[in-house]
Amino acid sequence: MFEGWPVLSLLIWLPILGGVLVLLSGERAPERARWISLVTSVVVFVISLSLWTGFESGTAAMQFVEQAPWITTFDVQYHLGVDGISMPLILLTTFATVLVVAAGWEVIQYKVSQYMAAFLIMEGIMIGVFSALDAILFYVFFEAMLIPMFLVIGIWGGANRIYATLKFFLYTFLGSVLMLVALIYLRYQAGTFEITEMYGLGLPLATQVLIFFAFLGAFAVKVPMWPVHTWLPDAHVEAPTGGSVILAAIMLKIGGYGFLRFSLPIAPDASLNLDWLMIALSLIAVVYVGLVAMVQEDMKKLIAYSSIAHMGFVTLGFFIIFRVVAADAANQSSAIMALEGGTVQMISHGFVSAALFLCVGVLYDRMHTRKINAYGGVANRMPIFAGFFVLFAMANAGLPGTSGFVGEFMVILASFHADFWYAAIAALTLILGAAYTLWMIKRVVYGEVANEEVAELQEISRREFAILGVLAIAVLLLGVWPAPLINVMEPSLTHLFSQVVVTP
Amino acid sequence: MTFEMPDFSLALPEIWVMFMACVVLVVDLFARGRESAPAFYLTQATLLIAAWLALDTQWGIEAVTFNGTYVADSLAAVLKVTVCLLAFVSFAYGRDYLRQRDLLRGEFFLIGLISVLGMLVMASAHNMLSLYLGLELLSLSLYAMVAFDRDSRSGSEAAMKYFVLGALSSGMLLYGMSMIYGGSASLDFAKIAQVAANGNGGLLLGFGIAFSIVGVAFKFGAVPFHMWIPDVYEGAPTATTLFVSTAPKVAAVALFVRLLVDGLGALAPEWHVMAAILAVGSLAVGNLFALVQTNIKRLLGYSTISHIGFLFLGFVAAGPDGYTAALFYAITYGIMAAGAFGMVILLSRRGFEADRIEDMKGLNERHSGFAFVMLVLMFSMTGIPGTVGFYAKWLVLKAVIDAGMVWLAVVAVIFAVIGAFYYLRVLKMVYFDRLEEDAVPLQAPAGMRYILAANGALIVILGLFPDSLIAVCRAAFGG
Repeated sequence: MFEGWPVLSLLIWLPILGGVLVLLSGERAPERARWISLVTSVVVFVISLSLWTGFESGTAAMQFVEQAPWITTFDVQYHLGVDGISMPLILLTTFATVLVVAAGWEVIQYKVSQYMAAFLIMEGIMIGVFSALDAILFYVFFEAMLIPMFLVIGIWGGANRIYATLKFFLYTFLGSVLMLVALIYLRYQAGTFEITEMYGLGLPLATQVLIFFAFLGAFAVKVPMWPVHTWLPDAHVEAPTGGSVILAAIMLKIGGYGFLRFSLPIAPDASLNLDWLMIALSLIAVVYVGLVAMVQEDMKKLIAYSSIAHMGFVTLGFFIIFRVVAADAANQSSAIMALEGGTVQMISHGFVSAALFLCVGVLYDRMHTRKINAYGGVANRMPIFAGFFVLFAMANAGLPGTSGFVGEFMVILASFHADFWYAAIAALTLILGAAYTLWMIKRVVYGEVANEEVAELQEISRREFAILGVLAIAVLLLGVWPAPLINVMEPSLTHLFSQVVVTP
Repeated sequence: MTFEMPDFSLALPEIWVMFMACVVLVVDLFARGRESAPAFYLTQATLLIAAWLALDTQWGIEAVTFNGTYVADSLAAVLKVTVCLLAFVSFAYGRDYLRQRDLLRGEFFLIGLISVLGMLVMASAHNMLSLYLGLELLSLSLYAMVAFDRDSRSGSEAAMKYFVLGALSSGMLLYGMSMIYGGSASLDFAKIAQVAANGNGGLLLGFGIAFSIVGVAFKFGAVPFHMWIPDVYEGAPTATTLFVSTAPKVAAVALFVRLLVDGLGALAPEWHVMAAILAVGSLAVGNLFALVQTNIKRLLGYSTISHIGFLFLGFVAAGPDGYTAALFYAITYGIMAAGAFGMVILLSRRGFEADRIEDMKGLNERHSGFAFVMLVLMFSMTGIPGTVGFYAKWLVLKAVIDAGMVWLAVVAVIFAVIGAFYYLRVLKMVYFDRLEEDAVPLQAPAGMRYILAANGALIVILGLFPDSLIAVCRAAFGG
């Protein structure tokens, strides 16, 4: 299907065009705007499936490559391509966008076409981020992404939305401008803006460290890592449900993806020398932020903090590899498993956090509050919904059989090969995660019906059932059968590993 | 000195504009009562034809005539086309503004044309006298345009301030030029360049450079010679503010390049440090002071100062790449500033200037299309990709880093982030704040709306395909 087509360009520009079309359709016919958006996002999702079917696993080479001159004066190329790392993330993006469009169907009544257009345009831009192989092209998409998100939070967000969206924008903007300086400097060294040509330059350690920190500024804010995570709870709480879903499911992953695409291979020596810092920050995220999550009274804030904790696992998996190899140079497979675990965790967290935010959205649409203590006994009135909510909560806690388990387990297992204590601390998350998620579930879903408003709750509609059902299938499927995903990623991650770690 | 017959055909754009200025003057005398429509249309046609003439007669050649006082090269062509087109857009925006305030008189366009003539002369100056001639023609016209609303106290005050400070800076520049003349015994940039390259100028040239830089920095509005910008921007009629903030900035690039690069390029190490100080100062003062403004014209004034800082970084980087970056920055800034002040004009009406930031409130509910134009403009000024403003900043950063000044690039981007805040504050008004009372529908005529939409579209189109404009700017510096 779609062989010989410029699939990646289609995936980038089709949603953007659809978004412009929706914008032009105006506010007078919201129904038309909704349908154009849904059709566009579904078509884009179907096209993106051809990436999966046409993907040649077993190679680390870039696939679906497109290359054209763009800014000829300074040799910037319109160069696209995907490997095993970026392809699943693109699928996650197209999948999440369909859900977001569907989830905003009835809820959004103010400026419908602008809302839908923002998400479609954001989809195209995010796919551009994952498929760009030219540093400037990457940066263009990376920054442009801020515009729609800024508007989504600011226009359709909650009471404190303006503070939240300004904080979101300025944090991420500050992080990324230093990356731009680093990218231009790298072009000066490598003679080209091709990302892959920037690998293995053999720069002196001091330079690498500066570059590493420049990238860290950009990606740590996006991930977000402790202590630059404070924008996320604000942004999540104030964003409309769709915004939270895209933030959690995709945008955070762009930080993780950046570590794999830029930090590790471009500054391997700095990564090796600074891995203690990254591991420490990751473990703090896992444990400390996990504890912070426990005391939250706002459901969205709780899930936001739990996202930070889960993304800590991702960065832990990426940067533990040096310790694994240092402990036993022959044990490369464990190190690669750590990378795989981190990547699987990214995909899984994409599904799980999206699902949890959608669940909170379902409740919020009915009760207009996110406070945990405003609920209680929801299961009595919404049994089907409660089933979904509990399932996703279990996945968030890392229950075996759900997708949440796979990535965490792989990272913990690999950490054991580095040092028992790393693994022990990381494994605390299984307890903490269970504690904060299930405690929330207990207070919200179970027990007696808390008040009259809860008593009047309506069971989820067919639209909501479909959205949550699809996500439930994805979570379970990835949980019991992650092999296809891992097979796709393995060659690329092995290749990455060989570029980053020089084994004696 | 032997007398040679000058090649008049090379100077066609200037001759044409001067001739037409006289025609406009006469026509306006006889066709008053009809809102000076003949003068307006004649002016606009003149500018378009002048742009075409500049492109046709000067692009791709390298010729000096009028006894070495006039140069026709690609740089001159690019500068002139930009100046003419920006002036065209400014007048198109400004006409309706003037009409609503009973200020629509042919003199506005006449004076505007004369200032354009001054800018064209500057762009082709190859001698300190012709450069100064062009500069004064421009400056004097601008003083008059700022004071165009005779009954406005703030306008008169702004014009007086502008005039006094402007005269002072012209004096500085002239003093610097006299030093340079003393050091090199010539007014001709080619000969000055020779002397400078041989290292014969000595201390006298150094003094000359210092004073000229002061003059140049004043015309740009670089810190610490920026004091006139906020007051003039706020006090002048918005139509004039729009004009002052667009084409003259491009002409100022001509001033810098002709004097300090063509003439004194060999002494670049002497003026680099000064330019770097001006750049960092402008970035800091412009961005920090803009944060606290409540008047959008003042805000855009301080934002201009910060943009000038970025532009100066291109000069600091030097070399063809740096000058390309500066020229590209000036052109794109002109496009952005025209759009931004165009928005202010669009929202204003008789008796209501719409110059407070709050006046932008709820624009998205009043007209989502123009809200989107504002979005594009503000993000372009911030330097977010997808808009042309990003490439302007990118080119400057790239030139600076390639020149080995990474720390300067870091300073610049940090201030860019600080600057982002006040642009976002404007967008907050446009998008996030809901209308409180019933909105007055936008009253601007269709023509202006189309130009504004085209202005926004141009920023996005150049934001996706910047290659051709970059290539043009590069070619102007022999790349």
